[in-house]
Amino acid sequence: MSLAKTDPSLQRYSLWNRLNHWLVAISFVLLVLSGLPFFHPFFWSLTGLFGGPTMTRILHPWIGLFMAVMFVFLAISFFRESLMRRHDIQWLKQIRDVLSNRAERLPPVGKNNAGQKLVYWIMLGSIALLLITGVLIWQPVVGQAVPITLRRLASMGHAYVAFLAIITLIIHIYSGIWVKGSFQAMVRGRVSKAWARHHHNLWYEEEMEKERKYRNITMRNPDPTGEEPS
Amino acid sequence: MRGSQVNQQDIIARSATKVPSPQVRSGNVERVTKLIDVTRCIGCKACQVACSEWNDLRDEVGECVGVYDNPLDLTPDSWQVMRFNEFEDEQGNLEWLIRKDNCMHCADPGCLAACPAPGAIVQYANGIVDFNSEHCIGCGYCVTGCPFDVPRISEVDGKSYKCTLCSDRVFNGLEPACVKSCPTGSIMFGTREDMLDLADTRTDFLKSRGHENAGIYNPEGVDGTHVIYVLKHADRPQLYNDLPENPSISPMVSTWKGVAKPLASAAIGLAALTGFFHYVAAGPNEHGEEDEQAVRDDEAREREREHSQREEQP
Repeated sequence: MSLAKTDPSLQRYSLWNRLNHWLVAISFVLLVLSGLPFFHPFFWSLTGLFGGPTMTRILHPWIGLFMAVMFVFLAISFFRESLMRRHDIQWLKQIRDVLSNRAERLPPVGKNNAGQKLVYWIMLGSIALLLITGVLIWQPVVGQAVPITLRRLASMGHAYVAFLAIITLIIHIYSGIWVKGSFQAMVRGRVSKAWARHHHNLWYEEEMEKERKYRNITMRNPDPTGEEPS
Repeated sequence: MRGSQVNQQDIIARSATKVPSPQVRSGNVERVTKLIDVTRCIGCKACQVACSEWNDLRDEVGECVGVYDNPLDLTPDSWQVMRFNEFEDEQGNLEWLIRKDNCMHCADPGCLAACPAPGAIVQYANGIVDFNSEHCIGCGYCVTGCPFDVPRISEVDGKSYKCTLCSDRVFNGLEPACVKSCPTGSIMFGTREDMLDLADTRTDFLKSRGHENAGIYNPEGVDGTHVIYVLKHADRPQLYNDLPENPSISPMVSTWKGVAKPLASAAIGLAALTGFFHYVAAGPNEHGEEDEQAVRDDEAREREREHSQREEQP
């Protein structure tokens, strides 16, 4: 892979992960914008973005279906690195230190911190529920065939779970703005070593260990092309 | 007039609308009510025909499945249907209970509460709940909200339809088409006061004839309906093809559509605002020079180690 001169050294997200993430992200934002008008009339004018109210109603489920499929891939890719560890609990207990930028007091964390892992699990749960409840009230494809009590439950559930997902999304987006370098990481896929050391110390150590092993191998079997390991 | 709500300035409730609707012309408007006296119905279905006739509805001709109900259920093209039920009373007498089923025009309409499209469902000062189908988006929420399972969504245009109580006729001083066509006087129409009065008279008459359970069906759970029944078995409305005993807007619908949503909407705005102010207060979360230095130290240490390793090698 060719690297721009400014691209930092550590690979954090592969090209596929990034494409996958942004496909989910874009469809999620479209879903929020096309779903909010049905959540509360205050947001009704957003239907104008999708070609009118009826068109918004028609498009929303299809975007949702697309996102759910894309999210399955994302969920599989990020599953292992999203499992909660003991140090994550400690990190969460010190959420005040996190929010006050007192990084020196926090336990070192791996590739993802507990906040990112929570986003993963909340989104996994919400998107599963939104998919199920959404399909149950999907007009005219499914809706008519579903018993009325189930439709009422699904309508209510869809609204409340969507609220949870939107709040999580806002926190997720804000974190990307707040933690400098993380937005760039998801766009270009790379971070600097200093960034990794500061925000994800255990992951930094792991990556350094990998580099060390790689160099040990290349030292014993020098690469005939003479290229530096990236 | 038909199909348009132009110049209707007597709208007392409007779906998905949080500001007052035009209602200045409701000063002298009296609430109307259709009274269906089930005890006088002979099941001739003239009302069904009149409804289709007036409203230009031509439902597909179905098939006879061995019962009198035809069509079997309400459809987007059949806004009312006679429900036939056989009932054997305590003395072993067979009774044929026939109920004209159509929109009840609730004073507190569940469809209107559930509808997300501004102005797709309106309630006029006279109490009629009307679908302004041009604003309908076909989401089916009205079906979810209705305690009587009345609205039906058309497969042709994706819009929701139901009985209008012939709002177009009523605005022009006429009774609904079904009322006009009824040969036995089973369907009556007038001001709410008059109809409740008439229903009382009929109930008293039925009681005097020995039907002590006769009564009026005007359910309190939806603040009363603008279509009321006189039933011989008012103590057991479910005998009449499962007419709900105590209908109200489902708590699931009110939880879904109630105060929680404006609060949640505010919370969404607040969340975004909190983020912004957190940034203002705490500033960005970024690594500093000490991290850069630490990485340089790590790398120097690494080079040193490798260097010594290389020297050790033969």
